[in-house]
Amino acid sequence: MDLEEAKEFKERCTQCAAVSWGLTDEGKYYCTSCHNVTERSKEVVNTEAIPNTKIQAINRGLKRKQKLEKGWDWYVCEGFQHILCQQADALQTLGVGPELKNEVLHNFWKRYLQKSKQAYCKNPVYTTGRKTAVLEDNPSHSDCDSAPELLSDFSCPSFVESGAESQPDGHARKPFSIIKAPQSEMASICSGSLDGVEYSLRKEKGIVKMSMPRTLAFCYLSLLWQRETVTLSDLLRFVEEEYIPYIHAFQQFPEEMKLYGRDKGIFAIESWPNYEDIYKKVIEVATFLDLPRFPDITEDCYLHPNILCMKYLMEVNLPDEMRDLTCQVVKVTGIGEVGFLTFDPVAKKTETVKYDVQAVAVIIVVLKLLFLLDDNLEWSLSSIAEKYNEDNKEDKPWFDFRKWYQVMKKAIDEKKQKWEEARAKYIWKSEKPLYHSAIDKPVVHKRREMVVNLQKQFSALVDSTPAVEKKSPSSFQFNWTEEDSDRTCFHGHSLQGVLKKKGQSLMTKNSLYWLSTQKFCKSYCKHVTTYEESNFSLSYRFVLNLFSFLLRIKTSFLHEEVSLIEKRLFKKKYNNKTKKKSSKSRKVRRH
Amino acid sequence: MSDFSEELVRPTTEDEQGETCVLSGTGMCFPWLQKHIETVGKTLVATGGKREKDFAQTTSACLSFIQEALLKHQWQQAAEYMHSYLQILEDSDSNKRQGAPEIIWRLGSEILYYHPKSSLETFNTFADRMKNIGVMNYLKVRSDLCDGGLFSSLWQISLQHALYLLHHGLLEDANRNLSQAETWRYGEKSSSKEVLINLIQAYKGLLQYYTWSKKKMELSQLDEDDYAYNTASQNMLNHSWKTSINLCALIQIPGVWDPFVKSYVEMLEFYGDQDGAREVLTNYAYDEKFPSNPNAHIYLYGFLKRERAPREKLISVLKLSIEKNMILHRKKEEHHKLGLEVLFGVLDFAGCTKNITAWKYLAKYLRQTLMGSHLAWVQEEWNSRKNWWPRFHFSYFWAKSDWKDDKTLACEKALVAGILLGKGICFIFFFSGHGF
Repeated sequence: MDLEEAKEFKERCTQCAAVSWGLTDEGKYYCTSCHNVTERSKEVVNTEAIPNTKIQAINRGLKRKQKLEKGWDWYVCEGFQHILCQQADALQTLGVGPELKNEVLHNFWKRYLQKSKQAYCKNPVYTTGRKTAVLEDNPSHSDCDSAPELLSDFSCPSFVESGAESQPDGHARKPFSIIKAPQSEMASICSGSLDGVEYSLRKEKGIVKMSMPRTLAFCYLSLLWQRETVTLSDLLRFVEEEYIPYIHAFQQFPEEMKLYGRDKGIFAIESWPNYEDIYKKVIEVATFLDLPRFPDITEDCYLHPNILCMKYLMEVNLPDEMRDLTCQVVKVTGIGEVGFLTFDPVAKKTETVKYDVQAVAVIIVVLKLLFLLDDNLEWSLSSIAEKYNEDNKEDKPWFDFRKWYQVMKKAIDEKKQKWEEARAKYIWKSEKPLYHSAIDKPVVHKRREMVVNLQKQFSALVDSTPAVEKKSPSSFQFNWTEEDSDRTCFHGHSLQGVLKKKGQSLMTKNSLYWLSTQKFCKSYCKHVTTYEESNFSLSYRFVLNLFSFLLRIKTSFLHEEVSLIEKRLFKKKYNNKTKKKSSKSRKVRRH
Repeated sequence: MSDFSEELVRPTTEDEQGETCVLSGTGMCFPWLQKHIETVGKTLVATGGKREKDFAQTTSACLSFIQEALLKHQWQQAAEYMHSYLQILEDSDSNKRQGAPEIIWRLGSEILYYHPKSSLETFNTFADRMKNIGVMNYLKVRSDLCDGGLFSSLWQISLQHALYLLHHGLLEDANRNLSQAETWRYGEKSSSKEVLINLIQAYKGLLQYYTWSKKKMELSQLDEDDYAYNTASQNMLNHSWKTSINLCALIQIPGVWDPFVKSYVEMLEFYGDQDGAREVLTNYAYDEKFPSNPNAHIYLYGFLKRERAPREKLISVLKLSIEKNMILHRKKEEHHKLGLEVLFGVLDFAGCTKNITAWKYLAKYLRQTLMGSHLAWVQEEWNSRKNWWPRFHFSYFWAKSDWKDDKTLACEKALVAGILLGKGICFIFFFSGHGF
């Protein structure tokens, strides 16, 4: 591909009429703009002049210049700050209070910069080696001055006020003073940010490095601190539905914040956030930040299991009456206690409650208490309810599990199908291609251009009917209020058919129960035996699949949580010897 | 797209083909094609290991959605998913990136061939773009030795593009395309590439033959003393020389090349090269390496008759030919086997899925074969198809749509499905609901 040698060949390309030739290894000419290969080889050069040689000259001129883009000087942590800012703004538009951004997240972030020795400390990591001399000159300076660039930027109100918009001005006013490493030797390893290369190589023990998933951990921690009505699964779903910037967040950087080389690996990600992973990172970040005990989760908080259970009962179209039972289970298991629910990273608690998963698990346990879910009892109970409903059309209908299953199965299948289709149609690649190095750049741009052209061609074949209007974000994925014959609403149905009176209290008619897990690890790992789908009843699998889809988590993950609730609920059974089928009749008191 | 090859054969040889043909059609086989697809598939599967990125999940989900849409002839949906699937060209995994153009070409050309909004222009642009991508990939990885596949896929695109143009009657454009493809000769030679390039040249030859025979027609209408006669005949001479080069390479390779052989022989005969023609035909008929082909004997006999060969010779050829045919006829059962093969082959093509004649005969042959207790023959054909035919032909979707469009077709298909798959499948299930 020697462009120099191909200079003398000046014919226009037969395909695109450009005059811009390169040489292949075989000595043939190929057009650098459309890659058409000619039959002409170097020996038979036709040197007749063509007025359009300028094109080639311009091409070559650009080639030399385009080595590396020059933009503003910026640091990786500023990139993350920008993204956090966008995310906080998005949360605010979703209805979260402004304190989340201005106080909580801002503070967490400052704390992070300090703990990771990037700012607000003596001898921040960026200046080591380069700026120590300066520091030694002014030993009297406070730690605020030790990183003037960073601090002035972070402590200036830009983050608090309007973040993204005012940041560029901040940069323009105060150009960074740090000298960039000589770029000639960095040709293949480069980055648009000042410290991208360094950052990607950094591996300090005990330091939690910022990453895209961790931005969400920060968001969740602030939400939790504020006790907002957003669970982790909600947050991740909003990310997936693109209400919160994530996958394409770096595209919102100011034009002059150039992003390439190593920055690509830091900011451009090709996966949606995953519940388990983010959950782990939440704890990791909270521990690293050494955060104090979070505000108490009391009974009037959204994250309290009683309230969340109610929310999820509504979501999956189950009778409101089940609420009493879920409260009962919460009470017996003690998972509603403030001490249990409140996150306290310092108190050596290596985990926090997965509020949403736990609430859903409680509902599943209640369903098992009522219907056993052994592919047998639930159907016979359904037949009884069906018969009763037919005979007593005036009365409040009894809850019919079979009918509920049919309605939910249809609804969830449709939802899942749409979700899968949306995932398959998702456009991951940004409009501006990201390249690894200067060598890579023209190829990447060319490739991008081709993809865009091909995409245009195929989208021209698609009917131009406007896509269905995007729904406004909601923590509910289903809406059961409408009176639709196809989508029966079960909220008002009664549980009379499955409960029986015994004195003052109500008891479940079903007196049997099977445990999801027979054995727990003896060690401290708290690990639950893996979920082997085929070992379980179909209705249990359906319920598990339904809820895990709603939360976008793995079924095994939910199964584990169910087992943990059961462990608390049937403590005695576990403490004694576990039996295959432990029977237990439970009293349920009506409030 | 493979049905192009069939459609091409028709216009160029339609005049005489009808009478001389013994089997149900002159065809060509592309044995390497299947192999190639398999290897591409394998390399795609092999890249695994750590947790897949969701990006990879998107592209693979997208691929199956496109396949599903194509199976159901939902071109619109397929185009929609294609829009997203194209991202795979920017995959950071270079293996996937390099395997992608071929898949995109196959799916894309299928969509553009059938989509109501597609046009000749769209198809041309698409083909050119895909060729560019192929060349670019080649230039990028030319240091590696693994370039063989890239170029054969380029040739395949060119060949299919040319067949598409022929289908639309654009002979000139097709010819230009083939010439262009010929110029791409890089990398090591391999046998599969050899066949492809020969095929490209042979099609070029066939096109030249077409113009030649048109000129011959014109010539026959001119007076020999006419001034124009000389130029015209000179023209023809030039053509034949080029054509013979293009055609003769392919017909050396064992295979069924009826249209190519016929045109080549016709030209040789016209210029008085009787020996050459005889050699070609004898070789085509008697060479052991070639698959047995009754047409080959008929061609040879016809040639000898034209040549006024001695009676004994004629008779000996005829005897042999008849013998061969007799063997075929005598072994009526073997004839059945061949018939089955052909019918299965025809129904592999997306363009023939609604061919009622093919289904009718397949049902009949299947019944006869099974009654003759040659289950193995059916199994032999079915084994390679059992993975995809049920979804390709016998899905519930098709049952419904066939029933709506053409009840006889639906019944024939149901009959075949019943024989091949047994009664449990939903295709039959659908019909049992309609009183069968």
